Amino acid sequence: MPHDSAIAGRWLPSLVVGRGVTRAFAIALIALAVFALLLLADGKDPLRAYRDTLVYVFGNTYGFSELLVRMTPLLMTSIAVALPSRLGLINVGGEGQLYMGAWLATAGALCFADLPAWQLLPLITALGFAGGGLWALVPGILRAAKIVNETISTLLLNYVAPLIVSFFIFGAWRSAESSAYPQSPAFVDAARLPSLDGTRIHLGLLFGLVCLALYGFALGRTRWGLEIRAIGGNAEASRRLGIPVQGYMIAVMVVAGGVAGMAGMAEVSAIQGRLVGELSPGYGYVGFLVSWLAGGNALSILLMAFLFAVVSSVGDILQITQGVPYAVVNVLMAVILFIVLGQRQIMRAG
Amino acid sequence: MTDAPALLEANGVVKRFGALLANDVAEFAVHAGEVVALVGENGAGKSTLCKILYGYYRPDAGEFRVAGERLTITSPREARRHGIGMVFQNLSLIPALTVWENIALYVEDLPWLIGPAQLRRRMRRLADRLGLAVDPNLPVGRLAVGDRQKVEILKQLLAGAKLLILDEPTKVLAPQETEGLFRTIAELRDEGYGLIFVTHKLREVLACADRIAVMRQGRIVGTLRKSEADEATLLALMFGAASPVVAPPRSPPKAPGELALQLDRITTAPEIGAVALRDVSLTLRSGEILGVAGVSGNGQRELAEVVLGLRRQLRGGKRLWGEDAATWSVARVRESGIASIPDDALGLALIPGFTVRENLALGSGRRYRAGLDLDWRRVAADMESSRAQLHFPPLPLDAIAAVLSGGNQQRLVLTRELVHGPKLIVALYPTRGLDARSTQAVRTVFDEARAADAAVLLFSEDLDELFVVCDRLIVLREGRIAGTFSPESFNPETIGPWMVGAANAA
Repeated sequence: MPHDSAIAGRWLPSLVVGRGVTRAFAIALIALAVFALLLLADGKDPLRAYRDTLVYVFGNTYGFSELLVRMTPLLMTSIAVALPSRLGLINVGGEGQLYMGAWLATAGALCFADLPAWQLLPLITALGFAGGGLWALVPGILRAAKIVNETISTLLLNYVAPLIVSFFIFGAWRSAESSAYPQSPAFVDAARLPSLDGTRIHLGLLFGLVCLALYGFALGRTRWGLEIRAIGGNAEASRRLGIPVQGYMIAVMVVAGGVAGMAGMAEVSAIQGRLVGELSPGYGYVGFLVSWLAGGNALSILLMAFLFAVVSSVGDILQITQGVPYAVVNVLMAVILFIVLGQRQIMRAG
Repeated sequence: MTDAPALLEANGVVKRFGALLANDVAEFAVHAGEVVALVGENGAGKSTLCKILYGYYRPDAGEFRVAGERLTITSPREARRHGIGMVFQNLSLIPALTVWENIALYVEDLPWLIGPAQLRRRMRRLADRLGLAVDPNLPVGRLAVGDRQKVEILKQLLAGAKLLILDEPTKVLAPQETEGLFRTIAELRDEGYGLIFVTHKLREVLACADRIAVMRQGRIVGTLRKSEADEATLLALMFGAASPVVAPPRSPPKAPGELALQLDRITTAPEIGAVALRDVSLTLRSGEILGVAGVSGNGQRELAEVVLGLRRQLRGGKRLWGEDAATWSVARVRESGIASIPDDALGLALIPGFTVRENLALGSGRRYRAGLDLDWRRVAADMESSRAQLHFPPLPLDAIAAVLSGGNQQRLVLTRELVHGPKLIVALYPTRGLDARSTQAVRTVFDEARAADAAVLLFSEDLDELFVVCDRLIVLREGRIAGTFSPESFNPETIGPWMVGAANAA
């Protein structure tokens, strides 16, 4: 897999995109068919459920705009996984990095509430990046020094980050306006990312798309991308060629964590308008799935992030129209994962 | 021998990989109590034929008989059931498990509750008879390569193999180990096993084969009895009418140039399962080829890594062209004009999934930087002139490195490493696994580099190669320099004892 994207990035972009689209659609169709059987077994009407979803998601602008809102953090958390994966590192810590980005951005929004928007927004964006980046710096250093495997350290730090957020919203930052909910005070207007009129689509979508474009460009068209892919392809040979492997490990982890942190910043600044405990319904983990299924290819990430935004909307709608719990989304995601894994096995055997 | 049906007989075997005709073998047979050698250049189709016989590749056409019975072999498992075993170049053992556990994994007729004692008894009986004794309780990871190979052979025999296919078994062995292997092969033959032995070293073929099948471009171009075969006939068959392996005259020795490399009492940290360098001092001047002889595993890898900056010395000094280079990074060492030619091109010098073009661009420091990217046109132009200078055939720039033949991978590394006229070349077993023609090409490269005033540090296990190529020799043993030799004493009788440690006693 890394091969064809590595070459394709430079030589054959159109071919791979065409294949990616067909593949994503085929996967979605099979997954929906399998999922329909499950709904049938539960006595629900799958055709009706899918029709409701289609009507809701694509039938009006609001439904579609919500899809893009959901896709926004997924784009960034999947880049946070995809970038280290090209180096051979497995970053499972998107969730924690997202929380820490949100936390540091909130600190900026609360401390510098007097600044005008044109200063405050860049500041909290940078802080969001820094929060996630610093959170990933620790696993990066530990890995580069061969002390702790990055998969374990990033996973464990996922449990720490929400606790830090809780510590602040239960304590120092607890809003006075509502004692029932632990949450920070509302951000001043200058700290809110602008949204598109009448929807919740916000500037974060643009950030995500720019990050994705930069990701694709950097890996395919720059000498840093070449060296990152070289390390991912053969770390020992890269070391022997004088490529600073450890430096790349640390830098890549910081940038990846920073991008996930920006997702957290966008969620608090644009969607919530304050720091809350339930910031993410697992965007970091879904981002892992997205990146992994996309095989690190930038355009596939875009497709897959969109697909998973649709999937999580399915959960919402089924909850309302069919009375099934939201958790069925996890079943649908698992079905997709199985199909992709199975397909790779079949392709390998054949 | 010819009356009984052959252990294995294959007729009309054809195998294509895409447009490439890998095998077109009219007939091939192995009888009980016979050693058949398969020889040929790299890429002549020897390994492919073996893998077909072992059921690893499915041929496009072909008829197979095992002990006279016609059948098709569709998987290695089935091959094993019919008594065919294969020892691959890269041995397939699990390092963390002990010897007997590795064997138990493979042998199928064991009771489900494995009695180690019983298996070890069976193993020992066989091992003692055949000179394959290995401690069954040691983890395989702690065995030397030669011992691992013994385990692999034992494993096949205990699994019931009557016919053993050995795919370049000597490639990974030191000279003494090779001789042990030959003794085992002779024992096996005398006990009535059939053996197929793949190699491209003619001396080995003449030493141990009963019959020799020569392959060229996928076909068997001739089968000789041992009595009919000699080096000249075989070479003619291998390469067609024109035998190319004529060593060109060596450039004359030069007056020693400036000091390129100085090591002063280098000592490295001990590691489990490896030898540490102890007080290694040496000097190497421009225009000189210094050979490092010795049984592999006596500190060669460590010494090369210290020179290249890949390994830090515990004590001692390193100077390159007079400058203190003790703490230089790998990148700095490379930029100072050192080229590295490792023994495993794909594992240590290339990115398997990269194209040839991308591989050529790596490791050049800041030389090709252009904006955010590299100047790909200049990379291609420089590499093209380097390739032409080395007289290599054109490399397919957009092919993936992993699918190139071993010889082409080596050429790719040489093209890249020698492109900027290096001042010091560190080469670790650079001709291991290459056929005669490629070997000669590599040796010529060193000679030309010397003529251009470069220094060469050449690690090799092949004394003949060192004698031909080098101006001076050192022998490494157990991490120390056991002796230094000049061309007057270049003969195996003098240097051999120093390699194995017998000279101190004498």
